Amino acid sequence: MTRVRGKVPERGALALRSGVILYALAFVALPLVILVQHGLSDGLAALFDAVRAPVARSALFLTIWTAALTAIVNAVMGTCAAWVLVRYRFPGRGALSSLIDLPFAIPTLVTGIMLVVLFGPQNVLGRSLAGAGFPIAFAPAGIVLALLFVTLPIVVRAVEPVMLELDPAEEEASRTLGASEWTTFRKVVLPALFPAILAGGLQTFARALGEFGSIVVVAGNIPMKTLTAPVHVFGEIESGHSTAAAGISIVLLALVLTLDFTARRLKRKLGGAHA
Amino acid sequence: MPEPRHTWTRGRIVLLAVVLAYLGLILVLPLGALVSRAGAGGFKALADVFANPEARRGLVMTIGLAAAALVVNGLFGIAGALVLVRQRFPLRGVVDALVDLPFAISPVMVGLAFLLLFGRGGTFHPLLDAMDWRVVFAFPGVLIATLFVTLPFTLREVAYVLAELGEDEERAAATLGASRWQTFWRVTLPNIRFGLGYGATLTVARALGEFGAVLVLGGAISGRTQTATTFIYTAVEERQESAAYGMALVLALASALLLVLLELFKARVHRQESR
Repeated sequence: MTRVRGKVPERGALALRSGVILYALAFVALPLVILVQHGLSDGLAALFDAVRAPVARSALFLTIWTAALTAIVNAVMGTCAAWVLVRYRFPGRGALSSLIDLPFAIPTLVTGIMLVVLFGPQNVLGRSLAGAGFPIAFAPAGIVLALLFVTLPIVVRAVEPVMLELDPAEEEASRTLGASEWTTFRKVVLPALFPAILAGGLQTFARALGEFGSIVVVAGNIPMKTLTAPVHVFGEIESGHSTAAAGISIVLLALVLTLDFTARRLKRKLGGAHA
Repeated sequence: MPEPRHTWTRGRIVLLAVVLAYLGLILVLPLGALVSRAGAGGFKALADVFANPEARRGLVMTIGLAAAALVVNGLFGIAGALVLVRQRFPLRGVVDALVDLPFAISPVMVGLAFLLLFGRGGTFHPLLDAMDWRVVFAFPGVLIATLFVTLPFTLREVAYVLAELGEDEERAAATLGASRWQTFWRVTLPNIRFGLGYGATLTVARALGEFGAVLVLGGAISGRTQTATTFIYTAVEERQESAAYGMALVLALASALLLVLLELFKARVHRQESR
């Protein structure tokens, strides 16, 4: 891309650029640098100790497996939902498409409240499920349901644009050659969609690792059982253990940034930079 | 895209049913539970929220924060998008990645990072102390938290539209003798208005729902730092369920309105793209 005028950017453009760079550095980079510096202030050994403490380790483990499960379910169901929205015509399709964006608009804390109302001990459904040995509120199942709610649009919106660009001729050719619809999907459509599904899945994973608002009310936050890493970090901040909190944050942050970076690279390769 | 013509085979009906059942279970059932529980009293449930002075103060605080985020990040979003899309300079990639970080970082860690900057023993604490200025557990803290988490939304949407539009119209205006400022007001701004609207709506939705960072930095002090979401959290902690559910319903209704706005803007952006 060439600039509108000449080689030397004019003063206005330069001022705007400096302002944007300064804001990003002071407002985003500085706090994160301080966070990392604080987490490492007692040395790497202390950071490992903070992460290896039984409560922290179990919280990290819980966070990682619930987030991974969420990413897998969301990748499968998000792809199915996108397929239905793009390929099928049925009454209410537009409303359904809007409904999928709901988690973008609703506060995550409110999501948590909804799940407590639905599955909490005061509700018949919650009581009977807990009685049958399937507790959802104050149990890992509630955490996964909360994560599935807040991450629902991510895969759908990552896959949809790629699906719209698919060339129907390839699918027709496959069908003409006698392949069933399922074979066509597996052999023709899925390979084309795979990078987008993977990008959406990784972003779901990253988003789920950091989730706090919906989990803090639905999980019950019992150490070693239903305490997730972000909620544990919150607890450590409240008890004044800021170094331990920063240490666990560094581990989560490294994981989140790696996943997010990979997902972004995948998406950029697909051409659609629209988050 | 050609309108896909399809017959309803058994496989397709099953897939549609599975997607509808999944969305029903994950999205609609919890939402319905909240609405039926909190809305059981009809308008009285909502009236109770507005009659509670603490809840009212929380709502006013949240609306103020959302307005601040709308203005500040709206302006930064336009400036940042113009710089990142229209200018080429060293470190552009770094700034581009930096402004997206608030998407990925857990709100609790955002709170912690700013706590380490401005809190007791923090980097800037001596300076703030000397100026007799409080950030943590005071209004500036919740403001900073809200501005941080909503930073990328407007920028990303505007950047997307700017990239799609290209520079042809702006160059034409410049050739015809328009100043930079005239080109911006007469050409660029009208072109990006729907993307700007979409990003601004996302910003407001995110600001209304922010919880983790606001809780860590503000501490939910009624009348000073308590927002609508931290009001819900405090009410849950104090076992005042009806107050918590009432406010959750108010926020859910607000997000439903925002969702309608989002869909309107999205449709306009897409129509503009395909013209």
